[in-house]
Amino acid sequence: MAQIVAGSAAPKTVPALLARNAAQFGSKPAYREKEFGIWQSWSWSETAAEIEAIAIGLMALGAKKGDHIAVIGRNRPALYWSMVAAMKIGAVPVPLYQDAVAEEMAYVLEHSGARFAICGDQEQVDKVIEVQETVHQIEHILYLDARGLRKYDHTKMHAMADVKAEGRAAHDRFEKELAAREASLKYDDTCVMLYTSGTTGKPKGVVLSNRNVIETAKNSSEFDDLRPSDEILAYLPMAWVGDFIFSIGQAFWTGFCVNCPESADTMMTDLREIGPTYYFAPPRVFETQLTNVMIRMEDSGRFKKWLFDRYMAHAKRVGPDILDGKPVSAGDRLKYWIGDKLIYGPLKNTLGFSRVRVGYTAGEAIGPEIFDFYRSLGINLKQLYGQTEATVFITAQPDGEVRADTVGVPSPGVEIKIHDNGEIFYRSPGTFVEYYKNPESTADTKDPEGWVATGDAGFFEEGTGHLRIIDRAKDVGQMADGSLFAPKYVENKLKFYPDILEAVVFGNGRNRCTAFINIDLTAVGNWAERNNIAYASYQELAGHPRVLDTIQAHVEAVNASVAEDPMLSGCQIHRFLILHKELDADDGEMTRTRKVRRKIIEEKFSELIGALYDGSDEIYTETEVTYEDGRKGKITATLQIRDAAVTVDTAHTRVAAE
Amino acid sequence: MKVEPFVTADGRTIGDVMMEMRNITLRFGGVVAIKDISFDIREGEIRAIIGPNGAGKSSMLNVISGFYHPQEGEVWYHGARRPSMRPYQVARQGIARTFQNIALFDGMSVLDNIMTGRLNHMSSSFLDQAIWWGKAQREEVEHRAKAEEIIDFLEIQAIRKTPVGRLPYGLKKRVELARALVAEPKLLLLDEPMAGMNVEEKEDMSRFILDVNDEFGTTIALIEHDMGVVMDLSDRVVVMDYGKKIGDGTPDEVRGNQEVIDAYLGVSHD
Repeated sequence: MAQIVAGSAAPKTVPALLARNAAQFGSKPAYREKEFGIWQSWSWSETAAEIEAIAIGLMALGAKKGDHIAVIGRNRPALYWSMVAAMKIGAVPVPLYQDAVAEEMAYVLEHSGARFAICGDQEQVDKVIEVQETVHQIEHILYLDARGLRKYDHTKMHAMADVKAEGRAAHDRFEKELAAREASLKYDDTCVMLYTSGTTGKPKGVVLSNRNVIETAKNSSEFDDLRPSDEILAYLPMAWVGDFIFSIGQAFWTGFCVNCPESADTMMTDLREIGPTYYFAPPRVFETQLTNVMIRMEDSGRFKKWLFDRYMAHAKRVGPDILDGKPVSAGDRLKYWIGDKLIYGPLKNTLGFSRVRVGYTAGEAIGPEIFDFYRSLGINLKQLYGQTEATVFITAQPDGEVRADTVGVPSPGVEIKIHDNGEIFYRSPGTFVEYYKNPESTADTKDPEGWVATGDAGFFEEGTGHLRIIDRAKDVGQMADGSLFAPKYVENKLKFYPDILEAVVFGNGRNRCTAFINIDLTAVGNWAERNNIAYASYQELAGHPRVLDTIQAHVEAVNASVAEDPMLSGCQIHRFLILHKELDADDGEMTRTRKVRRKIIEEKFSELIGALYDGSDEIYTETEVTYEDGRKGKITATLQIRDAAVTVDTAHTRVAAE
Repeated sequence: MKVEPFVTADGRTIGDVMMEMRNITLRFGGVVAIKDISFDIREGEIRAIIGPNGAGKSSMLNVISGFYHPQEGEVWYHGARRPSMRPYQVARQGIARTFQNIALFDGMSVLDNIMTGRLNHMSSSFLDQAIWWGKAQREEVEHRAKAEEIIDFLEIQAIRKTPVGRLPYGLKKRVELARALVAEPKLLLLDEPMAGMNVEEKEDMSRFILDVNDEFGTTIALIEHDMGVVMDLSDRVVVMDYGKKIGDGTPDEVRGNQEVIDAYLGVSHD
């Protein structure tokens, strides 16, 4: 494989990278997508031709320099190409979360001023049409999948196939202008605009320049030694900065291949078929996979189960050390090798991780057991810490220095400083340009010297120089007695139990902590099945006394673990309840990236919180829910409230007594 | 028979009469299942047959599909009288169906089940297929492509290789629809496609039925109990009661027909 051009000769825009790849890697696959049961692939030169056709097609429709072009749909090559085509003609691609409901989409479409919307299918087209009733600047809708759209008014609607055909036909007419527009693109021109999901308030449009994207892609690719022969599976939302950097930034910089699954449901099969070498997943995905493995092992035969347990125990002991290159005795290595042939290898193959060379998880804290499970199998799973405003990378774990409780050392080119209140600030080549049409927020977040507030509180660990994150800075509060309140810290500990899907801890300014719990229907449901507990719904299972007993045991174990840290021992949970519904983004309780919206939950369930503090044993409640199609309904429930034993913090009491 | 084509509210064109049932009477010994019924099915429409339990709806569908042979009356198909036929001969004329009680091969994968729907389009001999050479191979590729098109259309990619026996009920129904569709029928008969489904599954199935009608131009005759579904989906409705036809017309006409209200729909209170 040819070496990547470095230094000043390196291409300065994403379209320029495309031209380089088409010349350098011509016939090597750039994008694959499974369709009609077969992996279809496009080489870099074919990709360049497709992108040019879309670009000219868009120009023929009247797309101007500086226009915003919304892209909405699941991960498909044609949508990635549309984004690059938009860049090529000097427009700015704005990918949107495909599962957002129309009213959420309306804000972003209006704020970005998009004149074009490129949609994956009828579902997205319908939402855009609904938005058009209030947002009038959207002129043209393009779509990939024509199904169900035949009868729609096509005066301002176009099938992508037609746009491409028109682009090819109009090649000679627009060739010069396209070349001129592409040549006029500069390093500091906007490359993409990504809306943050916003744990509070309205989403903000983060403007990233070509410099941000290319510098970050370059640094991070070199950090992990990414190669043109690498393969990734693009399955995370296209609107998320991580997907943009992996599937466009790093893919274009390094020239590796991006594989798009057949549909959301086939992700696991496609993962196994592709066997990516570079893989990213939020902790939740790893958790789900581990839960599934464990459930299936519970159902397996006695001998298999024994073999699995025996070798997994060995892997847990020596696996991570072997991965980190630490000294391990020859006998243990031999046993690990046998285990690899019998258990680890086949298991990795089933999970689709046989070829993973670099794996990342980020976004939330990952449970140490989960993290160690994958590492002990020999999967190089690491953690990184980042955000949209930093073009992802702030810190990452180098090979050989991987731990569950840190997020690594500053990424290449990133400077970090920590404020007196614990908040983390960074400055890097990936630091965003601005929030679109929002100078106040930009000024609030980024100071004139370029330092950006992350909103997270953390500290550098002495000795290793690794960063540890405690919580969101604004969520870190004080209990009534002045001790530290860090809800996320406790919630993460709770969520490490497979039975617990979500937890929300309250206690800021109060004398004791309490919690809402969401059970994990897969794990608890399986447990119920094995124990002959009948249930008809999530709500019924969540209210079952034995489920409450199990969760209570988990809460008490967490309390004991929290008590070990004198700084945070005040955060032990005194009372808890299991919510009657799963927290859901459709109800506004979580963001689309599944982060808990604390304020909204506090307001919505205020009576439940009241009950947690007034000593009552149960509470009757009515809650409004939103179905997937936008309709609303109501569920009612009587919830049990349980007291959990707290561990007395010896150090703390001793100080108090003296 | 020529009739005026008309355009439905949602912009589809309903054309000539495709199938006509003339004075059909079907008896099982002394039991009269269908009594002197006549109605037609026109090109491109969604035609519903409704009625209380035991009204003779499924029998009617079985007459259309050639499974039952009426003692009296004639079936006209594409302007010609259809002689008494075996079900496979009817299938070759471009009529496919799904069953009220799912009739799939439980031990076979979804894909294999769907491929069986291509049987009438296969022309290579048993021997050709056994030695897997030349025509048989080319044909299989062609049929697989068609099957994949339908799999994509019905969004069942994730279960392509799953044995049918392991699927939940709603998905089995969808696989059955896939097997009928892959035969590329002109007329699709659906026997209670939504029986036993929850609201969400019903919505999905309704959307698929509309999409089939819209995308492939397939004429559809369906039996269904869910009145909301029938009234939303169909262009015209035949109402049966005790083997007799008591109503025929657009959903609105049928809804307003006193005889139909008495027999089936119940009294409206508004």
